[in-house]
Amino acid sequence: MSVTVSAGPRALPALGPTRKLKVPKQSERTLGNGLTVIAVRRPAVPLVELRLWVPFGRVNVARGAMLSQTMLSGTESMTSVQIAAELQKVGAGLSAGVDADRLMLSGAGLVTGLDRMLELMAEVLTGASYPGDEVSTERDRLIDRIQVAQSQPTHLVREALLKRIYGRHPYAAQTPEPGQIRAVRPAALRTLHAERVHPAGAQLVVVGDVQPEKALDAVERALGGWGGAGRTATLPAIPPLETGPLLLVDRPGSVQSSLRVALPAVPRTDPDHAALQLANLVFGGYFSSRWVENIREDKGYTYGPHSVIEHSVAGSILVAAAEVATEVTGPALLETTYELGRMASLPPKPEELEQARQYALGTLQLGMSTQAGLAALTSAYAGNGLRLDFLAEYAARLAAATVDDVARVAAHHLAPSRAAVVVLGDAERVADGLAALTTVRVEPVQP
Amino acid sequence: MARRSRIPATKYPVERFTLDNGLRVVLTPDRSAPVIGVAVVYDVGIRSEPEGRTGFAHLFEHLMFQGSENLEKLAHFRHVQGAGGTFNGSTHLDYTDYFETLPSNALERALFLEADRMRGPRLTEENLRNQVDVVKEEIRVNVLSRPYGGFPWLTLPPVMFDTFPNAHDGYGSFDDLESATVADAEDFFRRYYACGNAVLAVSGDIDVTEATELITRHFGDVPARPAPVRPDFTEPDLTAERRTSYTDALAPLPAVAGAWRVPDPITDFAGYLPYVVLAEVLTDGDASRLVERLVQRDRSVTGLSGYLGFMGDPFDVRDPTALLLQAHLPPGGDVDKMLRTVDEELDRLATDGLTDGELARTQARMATHLLRDTDAVLGRALQMAVLEQQRGEPGLLNDLPRLVGDVTEEQVRAAAATLRPERRATIEVIPGGAR
Repeated sequence: MSVTVSAGPRALPALGPTRKLKVPKQSERTLGNGLTVIAVRRPAVPLVELRLWVPFGRVNVARGAMLSQTMLSGTESMTSVQIAAELQKVGAGLSAGVDADRLMLSGAGLVTGLDRMLELMAEVLTGASYPGDEVSTERDRLIDRIQVAQSQPTHLVREALLKRIYGRHPYAAQTPEPGQIRAVRPAALRTLHAERVHPAGAQLVVVGDVQPEKALDAVERALGGWGGAGRTATLPAIPPLETGPLLLVDRPGSVQSSLRVALPAVPRTDPDHAALQLANLVFGGYFSSRWVENIREDKGYTYGPHSVIEHSVAGSILVAAAEVATEVTGPALLETTYELGRMASLPPKPEELEQARQYALGTLQLGMSTQAGLAALTSAYAGNGLRLDFLAEYAARLAAATVDDVARVAAHHLAPSRAAVVVLGDAERVADGLAALTTVRVEPVQP
Repeated sequence: MARRSRIPATKYPVERFTLDNGLRVVLTPDRSAPVIGVAVVYDVGIRSEPEGRTGFAHLFEHLMFQGSENLEKLAHFRHVQGAGGTFNGSTHLDYTDYFETLPSNALERALFLEADRMRGPRLTEENLRNQVDVVKEEIRVNVLSRPYGGFPWLTLPPVMFDTFPNAHDGYGSFDDLESATVADAEDFFRRYYACGNAVLAVSGDIDVTEATELITRHFGDVPARPAPVRPDFTEPDLTAERRTSYTDALAPLPAVAGAWRVPDPITDFAGYLPYVVLAEVLTDGDASRLVERLVQRDRSVTGLSGYLGFMGDPFDVRDPTALLLQAHLPPGGDVDKMLRTVDEELDRLATDGLTDGELARTQARMATHLLRDTDAVLGRALQMAVLEQQRGEPGLLNDLPRLVGDVTEEQVRAAAATLRPERRATIEVIPGGAR
């Protein structure tokens, strides 16, 4: 173009020597009550991050959601406002969240407030009282939030996908209906807390400007008295993906279609995991992937297509997701199937594999370079029975995966014949285009 | 007085220099992890878009990724990610940024990529049409298909402001986007993407001498072009309340946002800071004024937030800007009543002052948020680049927790006293959702 000043072609500079992945040391202790505590030092800012993972599989989805919504609503000796104010004094906050595998209490604050944060965490864990008024307030808020979620295509298609692929498995329904929430009483929350919020099998991660051994001592002082032997539950393994007709969820008037393709995946510890991760990257797992370059950068069908391997305690799946313009819904599925078929039938080019490998290795470094990132990673690993040293093993597997390895796992896991496909959109406008490519079953949008 | 937590600070080193061509550079080394953040910030944003070209600053941001002097389309993405990094760009009211975070062995590559597009992006008809399509899908995802899409950052400015720069839709109309031409893009680049109008910041695992040498090598011969004169975007403050509403077909529940003008963040930083603190006193967590009152006690709202700047960016925005309060209401919620309660609480704060320890605990948590944002090398590079661009003071990043901590109760009370109904602009979302 006219603006440039021509200086002749310039060559892309080579990369400098790679810095070896340095996994930070962790200290670990299992307390007498069964709580596993992991502490990692990263002193870049004078803060500390806490992640408490309590196994929460097979919990009634409405009660689980309400418990996480109200756990910080008060104890015998403190109101919700007092808890929040006491945390704030040390620059901290705590929040509770729940999914199909776990209850998670997360927090961050000034490192000088670590002891106080732990005391308040203990106060809630041992004394959450689920006061009637607060529960009632939070119940209404949660119902409203669910209603808002149910007006979002991304939420609706996620629900349809989970139901489609998990069938009768507990993972099939992860968001409660407003009616179910309405029925939850404080007594049920107290019972659930007593049964399932106990230290055995739970793990707490502490990351930040701390001496790990001292942090473990602090946790032991604050949480050593958290007791109660409750029930544990084991999740059955997820069912194998069942292929079948494309499920078209009809949402009249949609200006976009939400396309979701589920494919089989393997857990982090599987010998094929690194190769599958690389195959996923080459397909659609990062911006420089075939799928993104095709349906976004070449054809302009969509803004943010991406595919990701989701690891849960009971199994792993690969999900490819794109919101595409209504008028190109059929063509977008065609290109998606084409790219999956190409992955499954032909080996990747060596340079494509190298690029994906560098990305996978580089983003490991980036993910570990903040306190929050390190805390999330440590906790996710620990929740699946792994420790940070697994990172080094994983990096070595990424480095070692060959074109043949990636082609082999892609042939199995990315084959379009193994996919379960769900599309949410305006059926009247997109059904024919999709039916030209595959068998389609139409359902009205739920609920 | 309640005992207060000592507000900690960071001591990130800052090196600044300007190349002969006018490009300003900020370096902030930190060798604690083998990663770097690279940010290039151009002093042009939504407010500088010409009339008839709504959404152009953002569309142009997309075009900056579509190839450059020595790089084919797609090459930028591949070279960043193939070095183990991630990238993005974003368009704000007052600036547009481009950034990467990478393992530190990719420093020179990142500099090469940014310099190449600073010398000249490949502005072709094909890329323009492709990215117009992509941006339209982005708007569908983020605005048209989403309940409360664009609320309130796109819907409140036209209530509060009268001039095109401040009031128009920054995502743009499909008509304006579709009629954009390559010639428009060339003009926009020539005018605003001058190296004299840009700041480069590099943070993380770098050696200052080496980085300086590499920056000079790659950016030194970018042709010098001075920054354009930035127009005055000032508008008079409101003297009468403004209020409007619209129906959101997807939204199941009512929502409302109100905003008041605040002092100039650049020329009157000391006058501006108390408003930043006030927003947190009002809305940060269950122990804050308005959450306790409106959510817990009255149950008249279900969610509430308060922040400075239409994009929630208190330290990277210029005048005119605002303090915003945003709330979601339960079914049948009464917006008038909720606004009256807000007025009442503001009055109470202005008249009776804060409770013991209320200010100190709010400031402690603000310090945590500020420090957490700078923990990532990229967060540091981006913020320092904007602080350099707008204030010539990147090291201010280190001082922010302390400056926030120095705000007094008197200042917060005085700030609250200015948030009167007659200075307020309000937008209400009427639920059109079937449910």
